[in-house]
Amino acid sequence: MLQITCPHCGPRAESEFAYGGEGGVVRPAAGDAMSDAEWGDYVFMRRNPKGLHHEQWRHASGCGRWFNALRDTVSYRIHATWRIGAPMPGAAPGQTTTRSAA
Amino acid sequence: MQKFNIWSLLRNAVSYHEGWQKQWRSPEPKREYDVVVVGGGGHGLATAYYLAKEHGVKNIAVVERGWLGGGNTARNTTIVRSNYLWDEATHLYEKALKLWEGLSQDLNYNVMFSQRGVMNLGHTLQDMRDIERRVTANRLNGVDAEVLGPAQIQAMLPFINLNTRYPVLGASFQRRAGVARHDAVAWGFARTADSHGVDILQNCGVTAIRREGGAVTGVETVKGFIRAKKVAIVAAGHSSVLAEMAGFRLPLESHPLQALVSEPLKPIFPTVVMSNAIHAYISQTDKGDLVIGAGIDAYTGYGQRGSYHVIESTLQAICELFPLFSRVRMNRQWGGIVDVSPDACPIIGLTPVKGLYINCGWGTGGFKATPSSGWVMAHTVAQDRPHPLNEAFGLDRFATGHLIDEHGAAAVAH
Repeated sequence: MLQITCPHCGPRAESEFAYGGEGGVVRPAAGDAMSDAEWGDYVFMRRNPKGLHHEQWRHASGCGRWFNALRDTVSYRIHATWRIGAPMPGAAPGQTTTRSAA
Repeated sequence: MQKFNIWSLLRNAVSYHEGWQKQWRSPEPKREYDVVVVGGGGHGLATAYYLAKEHGVKNIAVVERGWLGGGNTARNTTIVRSNYLWDEATHLYEKALKLWEGLSQDLNYNVMFSQRGVMNLGHTLQDMRDIERRVTANRLNGVDAEVLGPAQIQAMLPFINLNTRYPVLGASFQRRAGVARHDAVAWGFARTADSHGVDILQNCGVTAIRREGGAVTGVETVKGFIRAKKVAIVAAGHSSVLAEMAGFRLPLESHPLQALVSEPLKPIFPTVVMSNAIHAYISQTDKGDLVIGAGIDAYTGYGQRGSYHVIESTLQAICELFPLFSRVRMNRQWGGIVDVSPDACPIIGLTPVKGLYINCGWGTGGFKATPSSGWVMAHTVAQDRPHPLNEAFGLDRFATGHLIDEHGAAAVAH
């Protein structure tokens, strides 16, 4: 079981958390103008990388809040967790996600 | 290929079994192949076998990063069944079951397919309604299925505890379902594919997929560049990694899925029991080990290992249902990487790159489909279009919205 540091509550056992999949997937603003393929890309397509993964977790049995995490999908080590809306630790200015443009 | 039969066994017994051939060659890669299959698990080897046998493709290679059948083919719980809900999925898995029924003869290799039945337990009224719906759907599709009541379950498994935290109200039962020897499936397909001239290249990981003008031209491997007219990705948990090499994304998330085996026991478990709701599935091998499948870890991962608490919850459920197993010792536990798709159905078909085909997304239940997966994939690669059996399973369904939701029949919830 992982130990995950909730940015609001501190380090807790993984069993208190719910996994929320890839982070930084932004809902498209101009949805009406999008094709089915573009919607499919937003809804279903995922990076699923082998290595560092920007993802979201929810402290379900704690404060209930969502937050971001940067985790290695091979070693499972969590490199950083940070609040929603805050900049990714160590990221370039303006970068809020590791997701490349579609 | 040396034929395996009673006469060859007797003949080789006389020479102290020193005269057996190697089951497959270990050739050096050629510079060019008509088809390169990426992934030497059951599905990849079956693809190569049916390409050679059914479609007469002569010049095929299977490239494998590790050793043959060392990934999910060696890590699953060996269950074979076809009792899925929707027509498209049922037809695909039933095709597999029909191939399983003749596979040992076809491959001249004993895959130890044992049709001992598979039971899916229902614990709530809604479970039972879903089971009745699925059993009825199966029968309409010509797949054998029946609903068992508690007394029938007890007759088959006298030691089951029906009144636990998870009361057993009934089960679906498919008698033609069962288990097979997973390693033998990989070895059998490898040996027979090799005899058809397929080059099986182990320790030959793919590092890049070369393209020119939107069409595939070959794969860069740790053993150098291999030119290919067509490339088929059949790589389970690593499918997303390979797709990224070719410049497109897949709707997959790779998760660790665990299983474990006990010390060998005398024969006690005559069938396979699966419980969707409490994540426990169990059978007994011919050697006597109890084989137990756990759930997936919530997070994505490529580490081929999972968390202890996932196993713990599975074993709690097993001990509730079968209290007499509470002091059985577990021998080994391991994890595999399963590529889970949004609708718990595979993706088999063309990709945005010309000449590049993909077969992935089998998630937690690919072993049972090994023969038909290879069979339809071979057709798709050879004809450059899907077979009617896998037409509905293209990548385009995630744009059209024609998903085939098999979460209910896929057994491991995700």
